[in-house]
Amino acid sequence: MTDLTRLTLTEARDGLKAKTFSATELTKAHIAAVEKARALNAYVLETPEHALKQAAASDEKLAKGEGRPLEGLPLGIKDLFATEGVRTTACSKILGNFVPAYESTVTSQLWRDGAVMLGKLNNDEFAMGSSNETSAFGNVVNPWRRKGSNVGAGQGGAVEGNHLVPGGSSGGSASAVAADLCLAATATDTGGSIRQPAAFTGTVGIKPTYGRCSRWGTVAFASSLDQAGPIAKTVRDAAVMLRSMAGHDPKDTTSVDMAVPDYEAAVGRSVKGMKIGIPREYRLDGLNPEIDALWQQGIAWLKAAGAEIVEISLPHTKYALPAYYIVAPAEASSNLARYDGVRYGLREQGKDIVEMYEKTRAAGFGAEVKRRVMIGTYVLSAGYYDAYYLRAQKVRTLIKRDFETVYAQGIDAVLTPATPSAAFGIGEKGSADPVEMYLNDIFTVTVNMAGLPGIAVPAGLDSQGLPLGLQLIGRPFDEETLFSLGQVIEQAAGRFPVTEKWWG
Amino acid sequence: MSVDLATVKRVAHLARIAVPEADLPKLQGELNAILGFVEQLDEVNVEGVEPMTSVTPMAIKQREDVVTDGEIADKIVANAPASEDDYFMVPKVIE
Repeated sequence: MTDLTRLTLTEARDGLKAKTFSATELTKAHIAAVEKARALNAYVLETPEHALKQAAASDEKLAKGEGRPLEGLPLGIKDLFATEGVRTTACSKILGNFVPAYESTVTSQLWRDGAVMLGKLNNDEFAMGSSNETSAFGNVVNPWRRKGSNVGAGQGGAVEGNHLVPGGSSGGSASAVAADLCLAATATDTGGSIRQPAAFTGTVGIKPTYGRCSRWGTVAFASSLDQAGPIAKTVRDAAVMLRSMAGHDPKDTTSVDMAVPDYEAAVGRSVKGMKIGIPREYRLDGLNPEIDALWQQGIAWLKAAGAEIVEISLPHTKYALPAYYIVAPAEASSNLARYDGVRYGLREQGKDIVEMYEKTRAAGFGAEVKRRVMIGTYVLSAGYYDAYYLRAQKVRTLIKRDFETVYAQGIDAVLTPATPSAAFGIGEKGSADPVEMYLNDIFTVTVNMAGLPGIAVPAGLDSQGLPLGLQLIGRPFDEETLFSLGQVIEQAAGRFPVTEKWWG
Repeated sequence: MSVDLATVKRVAHLARIAVPEADLPKLQGELNAILGFVEQLDEVNVEGVEPMTSVTPMAIKQREDVVTDGEIADKIVANAPASEDDYFMVPKVIE
């Protein structure tokens, strides 16, 4: 039999329906691939027994011709989603051995639709990071390697050489999808955490419009920015995943009560006559010429498909990242106040309750989380609120207005690069100045600030042989247009699977 | 704006994170790098601009004021580092 892990999600779905293989066979193939790929550190918890039980149930459904939209398809779940009875840590020491008594809405909808859970995926601690280097479970390895790199399978199940990061915060999700360790994965995006790792690994990632997916049961980072979405092998796969993940949830007051379209139907739809905006503010000084060439190539592909290209201006673009680094830490400091050693997770003893809190949080949070909680505490503290938080929220209004203006002029979507560079090496960024790491999200963060949908689609390789992605930004709740446009890019660029499974 | 060592110490205490004296200068440098970065926002004219409070314009949802959940004390304390008879146990708070 061919390697079942090489299939896309929709190919596997069709194979199950045609009874070419069973859900149990498909799941076993993935379990074996996960076991062989431990050196990549993509999974922080494997749940093979759970997966096989779900697969057996799926096989029964399929035999009766009662297959649901994701019946028998093995997925990986970012460790930010609460999974009932299965350890959920947000990859932080402070959550310790937390086992939720409830299931997040997004994952419950995947199981409702018949999906199989292979395990929990690594991420930056509390989703704070752009390289998966802040996880309490250690770094994730990008299955991609630079041409002529010294990275290889080392002794004792480790990777040797200076490997590349998979991006973050959904680094485990991106790495697992790229390495065929699941057919697709859930992820979350607060400033670029779906799109940047997708771009770094040659996978497709979409952050839907804020309110599309319920946030209930997802560990909170910055509540006005957080959105769940999938990372998948193809645009079509991402469309199928999002349809199951999205939908109204009365338990999340910011969840929007709107029908979820059949996103897959939008894949392959004509983009003729669509107006695509090219924002001049994204042409940064010193923009990597390879990224610029990729962008021009994307423009040419969309033009060839009949879209009209329009130069636009989004004048407040450069203020999105600094405003984000006020809003996100402020909300994080508030959300993370709950980790106090009382109700769950780690507790360190202290002579009184305040010392217990302080020692618990000192021992439980990693360096990046501490920095952001402290920045957030500072900008919200008495006397500074207006100067920082209020000003940042006003700037956010201006950023949103920039997009509203171009959409009102008839623009259907905006095309930009997804990241300023290809994947970088472990330890290469941010060790001296945290802002250096933050700059990775320069093209993605505006989308979160404005609450818009954005998709990253792989579009080419750089001179080192590493994947690069393009980003399409849509109108609110118009993910369908992004799937149609994304498909045009995928068709023109081809797919970028990792060819050599060097780790196993 | 930049923060001095005393402010870093005060903020750490407000955030309820114990920071050893020796780590304060490094943290001060990192916080100041971030605060220096966000200072760019001072250039923006925000005169008369409403702060963004809601990402998507929508009415706040309402529901009947009735109990919809509960009677699961055992589940709620299941992950507690210390609990007794469905209570969370903490160090003595009141002398």
